[in-house]
Amino acid sequence: MSDLVQVQGLRKTFKLSAKQRKLENTKQTLKVAVNDLSLTARKGEIYGLLGPNGAGKTTVLRMLATLIKPDAGEAWVDGYSIISDPEKVRASIGFLTSELKLEEFFSPDYLFDFFSQLHKVPTDVSIRRKAELFARFGIDEFAGVKVANLSSGMKQKASLAISIVHDPDIVIFDEPTNGLDVITARVVTNYLEELRDQGKTIILSTHIFSLVEKLCDRVGIIIEGRMVAEGSLQEITGGEDLEERFFDLYSASVGEVV
Amino acid sequence: MSTQSGLFAIIGKEFRRFFTDRRIVFTTVLLPGLMIYLIYSVMGNALQDMMVIDEEYQPVLYAVNLPDSLAGAFSSIGIDFEQVEPGRIDAIRADITDKKADLLIVFPADFDERVGRQLSGEQGVDPPRIEIFFNSTRTESAYQYQVMRVLLDQYKTALAPLFAVNAGSDSSMDTGGAGAGSSSGAGEEVDDPASGELPSYDLATQEDAAGFMFASLLPMFIMVFLFSGCMSVAPESIAGEKERGTIATMLVTPLARWELALGKIISLACIALLSGLSSFLGVMLSLPKLIGDATDELVGPVLYVLSDYLLILAVILSTVLLFVGVISLLSAVARTIKEATTYITPLMLVVLMISAMGVFAQGAAENYLFYLIPAYNSVQSMVGVFSFSYNPACILITVGANLAYTGICVAVLTWMFGNEKVVFTK
Repeated sequence: MSDLVQVQGLRKTFKLSAKQRKLENTKQTLKVAVNDLSLTARKGEIYGLLGPNGAGKTTVLRMLATLIKPDAGEAWVDGYSIISDPEKVRASIGFLTSELKLEEFFSPDYLFDFFSQLHKVPTDVSIRRKAELFARFGIDEFAGVKVANLSSGMKQKASLAISIVHDPDIVIFDEPTNGLDVITARVVTNYLEELRDQGKTIILSTHIFSLVEKLCDRVGIIIEGRMVAEGSLQEITGGEDLEERFFDLYSASVGEVV
Repeated sequence: MSTQSGLFAIIGKEFRRFFTDRRIVFTTVLLPGLMIYLIYSVMGNALQDMMVIDEEYQPVLYAVNLPDSLAGAFSSIGIDFEQVEPGRIDAIRADITDKKADLLIVFPADFDERVGRQLSGEQGVDPPRIEIFFNSTRTESAYQYQVMRVLLDQYKTALAPLFAVNAGSDSSMDTGGAGAGSSSGAGEEVDDPASGELPSYDLATQEDAAGFMFASLLPMFIMVFLFSGCMSVAPESIAGEKERGTIATMLVTPLARWELALGKIISLACIALLSGLSSFLGVMLSLPKLIGDATDELVGPVLYVLSDYLLILAVILSTVLLFVGVISLLSAVARTIKEATTYITPLMLVVLMISAMGVFAQGAAENYLFYLIPAYNSVQSMVGVFSFSYNPACILITVGANLAYTGICVAVLTWMFGNEKVVFTK
């Protein structure tokens, strides 16, 4: 089975508070964040979910990570349903977003052990894996320092290492380079390519065209909660510039950008 | 170790978070007990200083028309009056107001004669009036007033012994407060009918008295300290983790929601118990200073047996679990620690009120249904054990009910941790 992540007709709505309605200048009490969205990510590829802010990328990824439940639709991650088997799904993914923080009081060293326990990684395996990952990201130097005292780049590296303590086959990464300095961003993108070469499946969300062009094997373009195009980079662009192609699709579904 | 369930990982993390942070250990465990001990000790010492009269103190006493019949008796027990003319009454009264003098006693000029006529049954004679002026805000003055009243009452009774109430017992001087003890000597000199060995009229056993004291003091203290112990750890651990976004990081692991809920409640209960214990020790150690040396006599003998302590411990444990459970729920609803504290403060007042009702109810309730009311049941159970009048069934119901309520809290918290609206509300 090469389709490691299959998403079929996912739908998610949020209730809008009175304040939010006023902000968005709408009378609707429901906002459709994700609308009948389907996608497929295969083994050994980097799948990019491309869309503007507020398109519903994060909502899709959160549903895949079983942090929130879809109103309709279904998705299978490594063969497990996100609705009926959420714990198995969580065991097979590594999920990383800037919203999930590490407790500042602890050191990366302890947090790695703690999350290894939560993922039920055997101790000998976790010790070996910690040595590998900490060496790979240069965390060794600050492994014993409290997260609170780390720079944002160090924090991001520690978060990345800790999110994959259990060596998951699927890595879901929300806005992987957001807020990172160029050097850390480079470390992260290089590592994602390394993971792909190991045969892992990576799903990432981004609004940065160059990142998609550089990294992704296949792309899904998501606009206002809908998947408007999906395919390999070549299929989507037809050899054109990705940015131009995106704005063609955007004006077709929303209207011209003013 | 790593293959153990997430429950132990959570408990381990909470303990590590707490016990390796010296500042938190200090502020939640050491500080409450220390502060209570210091404050109560200072308060107790100050109270005693106010009540106790220096043994060397020579009271300044004035008398007008002191009859010969009494003058000798007074001086023989060491009470010496300066005898003054009636003309100085106003000046001395002013001195008493200014706390320069302690007491002025004014007898009618013909006191002895009129008393004699009263005793012989002569009709139409007004009983002679004695006036005693003192200053109630001056401890020495108030004390002399009490002594004088008791002595004169005893003198009156001795002259016309129609009947006597608890004559000669040391409780007749209880009104005197501090410095008791001189009354028995004084009583004998004024012809005490029951001189010699003092009988005790208070039939309460020492055990009962101590039990009563503990039952009326401790349960309320314990409830307050347990609650504030829970309040100092649970919001930080649950609302705080929510606020900082660290709880979601745990929720994307295969960790079961119930493991997170139960792990949090167990570890927080342990820490809260420590904090409560510290406060409790503070109170127990400062109690002698607070209510005087009498406690030594009361607490001296070993009053409670091991089973009593175990019952109290069971009640306390189940109460802490329940408190942590409820506070955790409120903390999970709240978006920030601050918001959580806002929700919990009214709850604290309710718990205080219910606890007070439990203490003032006097004695343990008989009706089993009372033991289903949270907080009230704990107080009543503790009152029962402390006053040696508990019903084991009631304590069993209390502990069972508290554990059942805690179970409900764990279930609700589990559901809440799985609910996106709770975890991701911004």
